Amino acid sequence: MKASSTPRAAVVAALLALMTVPLWVGNSYYVDVASQILLFAVFALALNVLAGYAGLVSLGHAGLFAISGYTAALMLQAGFPHATAAAGAVLATLVTSAVFAVLALRATGIGFLMITLALGQTLWGIAYRWVNLTNGDNGVNIAARPAPFGISLAGAPSFYYATLVVFLLALAAMAAFDRSPFGASLRGTRDQARRMTALGYNVWLIRFLAFLFSGFWCSVAGLLYLYNKQFISPQVSALQASAEVLLMVISGGTATLLGPVAGAAIVVIMKYVVSAYVVRWNLVLGVIFVAIISFMPEGLVPGSVRIWGFARRRFFALPRRRGTVREGAQPQARCGPTGPLAGSAPQPPDQVWGGEGKDSRKPSPGAPP
Amino acid sequence: MTALTVTGLTKSFGGLRVTNGVDLAVEPGERRLIIGPNGAGKTTLFNLITGELASDAGKIVLFGQDITRAPCRRRAHLGLARTYQIITLFPRDTILRNVVLALLGLSGLRWNPVVDLARQRHLTVRAREALALVGLDRVADRPLTETSYGERRRVEIAMAMVQNPKVLLLDEPFAGLSIDERRDVRQLLAAIPPDVTIVMIEHNMDVALDFADRITLLHFGEVIVEGTRAEVVADPRTREVYLGE
Repeated sequence: MKASSTPRAAVVAALLALMTVPLWVGNSYYVDVASQILLFAVFALALNVLAGYAGLVSLGHAGLFAISGYTAALMLQAGFPHATAAAGAVLATLVTSAVFAVLALRATGIGFLMITLALGQTLWGIAYRWVNLTNGDNGVNIAARPAPFGISLAGAPSFYYATLVVFLLALAAMAAFDRSPFGASLRGTRDQARRMTALGYNVWLIRFLAFLFSGFWCSVAGLLYLYNKQFISPQVSALQASAEVLLMVISGGTATLLGPVAGAAIVVIMKYVVSAYVVRWNLVLGVIFVAIISFMPEGLVPGSVRIWGFARRRFFALPRRRGTVREGAQPQARCGPTGPLAGSAPQPPDQVWGGEGKDSRKPSPGAPP
Repeated sequence: MTALTVTGLTKSFGGLRVTNGVDLAVEPGERRLIIGPNGAGKTTLFNLITGELASDAGKIVLFGQDITRAPCRRRAHLGLARTYQIITLFPRDTILRNVVLALLGLSGLRWNPVVDLARQRHLTVRAREALALVGLDRVADRPLTETSYGERRRVEIAMAMVQNPKVLLLDEPFAGLSIDERRDVRQLLAAIPPDVTIVMIEHNMDVALDFADRITLLHFGEVIVEGTRAEVVADPRTREVYLGE
């Protein structure tokens, strides 16, 4: 099998596995857990845009997630149809994201983290204390899940498939974003913001648009959460929820496509599966995180890739794979003898930088002897 | 029309005035050398010209256009490019991607969140051409972390030149280079088209004096000597302040 066909086969196998989850899981509770993994994966992918690609760690994203859920829930309670409520939720989240961005992008690093934390807590306070609107700690219920195109999502399998479609769309959007010029620009602002400005980039605007992109997928995840639980309460917007999704991103691997998905799977499985068997499941989760950070500080997915590469070389004596090197390129070649610098004789200007072929500069009259 | 005119440029950090009424007029195509002892305000002057620092007073004009209040990114679009004394590249990317980012900075494509950057052949071809000119085309796909200091210096120059600048600011391009690398970079700089105006900060007088048409000597943020190479070298203030005689 060709090396290039291996990832393709893995993708096909993963897709087949995802599409048959309700068949081989059987129990509707576990199908629901699978739905939650996917919806939290969308949430983690949204945060990864900021925490991973932009290097802006947010502790207020649960607030955006909750804005979406609350807006849709309150609109549904007010009698709006599902489509209108969903559009309203996305719009409200985008507006809130824009406000968050304008306030938080005044800083980077710990300052950004603290501002987003404060904003998230503000939303939690509103959800918790504005009882007339949000029903306080009792939360808001919705009567039923939507039925897009006449397909009822009431059952666990149908809701799972709907969530899977949204998850795959989110994954495809993130993959395109990752490879796009805008994605490269965003990573550039993370690595060398000053240099990016000097190269002509509007660093603030790039970060602002990335915040909106992240907010959009937060709103989608918030909607999925509301439809899944048919209930939303202030706990969704609490600091713990923001920290949890951040842990998903960090443990899986920041700035990777599959890292947040793996992180979401770990956290959701611990919360909804392991907790049924282990009373102190939080302790187990903590041990897993410590192990990941200790042995794979770059995260579970990139760490596994690194260990797999090491094992290939160590046990199968296979050469290191260098994905970035083009076919025909000579990665080991040194730069010295190639290009116009080859040889010791100076090159005329037109042969080097493509100038006009003549040196119009006048010799300086005051040149030292 | 001058390429770059700086008039009465002033900048203070707290009580310390690091740039004190600097006047500078650089003609199109000129090679201007800025010299001065450590702490003279040379790099600060560059940061003011590129807009990375805001000036307290004074005026900066690029080819007749007042850019004093223009943001740094706008100045890049107007034809101002620079390199850094402390190499400032994108360490997680390949050499090629670094140069592509420089190209992308002036392209409307940078806002596109959909197309695949690797498939934008016009960018990669131009980036490879620029890398060929600095002798790095064969290692273009190498991660930046696996390059030498001299190679990174060449990447910096390729990134600046690929933006087709009208005025190029070079901040100590020979700093930290070996004798061979210095010779290579010197050759590269000599080959930059004559229509590109170059202002260079450099301590290495062996290479810098040979390169410059005119020299400006800064001391404590002020221009104290300006003239041709012979005039500046012969000036007793140069010897006193810079050459230590």
